[in-house]
Amino acid sequence: MSVTPATSRTAVSPLGVSFNSVEKRFGSFVALRGVSLQILSGEFVALLGANGAGKTTLLRIAAMLACPTRGIVQFTVGQGSGDCSSAVEAKKLTGMVGHSTLLYDELTASENLTLFAQLYGLDDIPVRVADSLQSCGLGSRAASLVRTFSRGMRQRLAVARALLHQPRLLLLDEPAAGLDRQGLVWLGTTLESLRKDGCTVLMSTHARNESLDLATRALVLEGGLVKQDSGSGGDPHPILAALRADA
Amino acid sequence: MSTARAAAILLAKELRLEFRTRELLSATIVFAMVIVVLFSFAFDPTAAESRRYGPGLLWISFLFAGSLMLNPSFAREQANDTLDALRMAPISPFAILSAKMLANFIFMSLVELVLVPVFSVLYNVSLAGVAGRLILVLVLGTIGLTVTGTVFSAISSHARMRELLLPLLLLPILTPLLIGAVEATASLLVDQPELDRTWVALLAGFDIVFLTASWLLCDYLIEE
Amino acid sequence: MKGRIASTVFAAALIFFAGYAALFIAPDERTMHAIQRIFYFHLPSWIAMFTALSVVFVANVAYLATRKAKWDALGVAGAEAGVVCCTIGLATGPLWARPVWGIWWTWDARLTTTFILWLLYISYLLLRGLLDDTEKKATLSAIFGIFAFLDVPLVYVSNRLWRTQHPQPVILGGNGSGLDPTMSKVLLLCVIAVMGVMIIILLDRYRLERLRHEFEELRQEVETRSIAPASILGKEST
Repeated sequence: MSVTPATSRTAVSPLGVSFNSVEKRFGSFVALRGVSLQILSGEFVALLGANGAGKTTLLRIAAMLACPTRGIVQFTVGQGSGDCSSAVEAKKLTGMVGHSTLLYDELTASENLTLFAQLYGLDDIPVRVADSLQSCGLGSRAASLVRTFSRGMRQRLAVARALLHQPRLLLLDEPAAGLDRQGLVWLGTTLESLRKDGCTVLMSTHARNESLDLATRALVLEGGLVKQDSGSGGDPHPILAALRADA
Repeated sequence: MSTARAAAILLAKELRLEFRTRELLSATIVFAMVIVVLFSFAFDPTAAESRRYGPGLLWISFLFAGSLMLNPSFAREQANDTLDALRMAPISPFAILSAKMLANFIFMSLVELVLVPVFSVLYNVSLAGVAGRLILVLVLGTIGLTVTGTVFSAISSHARMRELLLPLLLLPILTPLLIGAVEATASLLVDQPELDRTWVALLAGFDIVFLTASWLLCDYLIEE
Repeated sequence: MKGRIASTVFAAALIFFAGYAALFIAPDERTMHAIQRIFYFHLPSWIAMFTALSVVFVANVAYLATRKAKWDALGVAGAEAGVVCCTIGLATGPLWARPVWGIWWTWDARLTTTFILWLLYISYLLLRGLLDDTEKKATLSAIFGIFAFLDVPLVYVSNRLWRTQHPQPVILGGNGSGLDPTMSKVLLLCVIAVMGVMIIILLDRYRLERLRHEFEELRQEVETRSIAPASILGKEST
């Protein structure tokens, strides 16, 4: 969603992320058992797998919300390393849509976006926020509390929030959840323009999501391990087709 | 972005959230008043008596009210995992914690602002001559209460039975603060009020120790 | 294993001998008579408690610095051993105070501090019980443990200042003043014996915690293996 194109940020090349034998335990439960992956900048990766396969954990580690128990995560642009808290530069370039909306229900749509715009140190905040709300179709509800929104509207605002600071690495955890047909179309076009811009996208999803066709690479996780990977520059369609046939 | 700037942005958010509904503040004020009134039935609120136990009653009601008020501070962020959103933003964890500490300090001060005059009237204790010194004691005591309380609110927000757990963790830690604040306040309620510097020093020491500890341990507290 | 049995037997013998020495070898105290003999276990339990709680503090700091589960195990072991010693101290204190001072309890700085300590470390153990996630439990309880330990000197100073305004019973005249040489020898023996018991409890609890951790890990491993054996054994594709 490059509504405000001419900023210095567009000059920054997209962010790639590499996982080096990453293991994540929650107590004695092992969510990821040694995942090694290199996601190149500009790739659009569809992350697939059953519930509990480790998709969300992988995304949270990429978002620096969780520290790997073992292994290293590196960002190929920016100084981010495996260390979780120091990577401020990488944080500026990363956006995430999570399971929850990550929005304050008791703030209005525009207050929510303004808050995060301020925290990311953006300029021209009122213009950016207004543009962002317009593009996700919530322009007329800018002054309404998020509490009054439907599930679909909240999800759109959640995506808008994640895109506000024009991230170069976008992490999406089932972004289609709760979206109606119209919302899905909006998500599809938004993601497509992001891909054109060269933003790296890592999206966990189900087979029914149309945005899957945008993927340049498909990854299947199972039991905390990479089970299938079409590879960088490979063809994701066999995996996606097999998945659709199953579903 | 500097920690101070980020904290200011987050403080504005905390205040906006609270003053939109004022639920937390009004409930806390009423709760503190209930304690003050109940105490008057437990003791005889004649003037001489109340000077003796008044300071204790006042601070007990602040501590109890505070330990309940501080509960939602972090628990509120759990509804939509908004704490994750803050942790993903390029700001220091101490900005998140200090914004909450400041917000809680403001809320608690407002509770005291209402409660102290009410106490003065109900228990027939004149505070006019010692207002400045009393404010110093209140501020020092409230800093200690909200600094430790905010940290413990972050701890207890992850636990089961957190509403019960927070007072359980907080109140024993606050023993030195309670003693210091009560004695300092008591030194202002006698016939020739003179602020006891020892207790002020103790309160300031308490604040410094735990503010420093919170700053040092903040990264561990705010992480996943 | 052999070492453990040997050390346990040794500590048991030591505590038995210490009990005998306290009751029969130590000379009779002039004013307090037999009741004074409880002091031979009262004071050592205090010392053991402070040692155990210092271990908790070190373990808490070390856990946050290294994130190694063993430090967390040491923390909980120390806290439990410390609470046990604290309980002994709190129970023997009033038993002594009642016949000597005529009161069960006095708000003396040392007593009050210990009582608050007891509450703080029971809260520490309660907190651990109420946190489900293993890592969160370790991290958050370590933070609380550090706060609790930092609070100890403040509690002591505040009680000291608070109670000096009032008359208070004197526990010992000065530091060991007028203590009979045999008395101090028996006391030293008792300190060593009680410390030995505390250390054995602490180490046993530590081992138990480590075993529990290991068991959980193995159980989880077995569970995942029985669900998806192929993917664990097969090499992942990159």
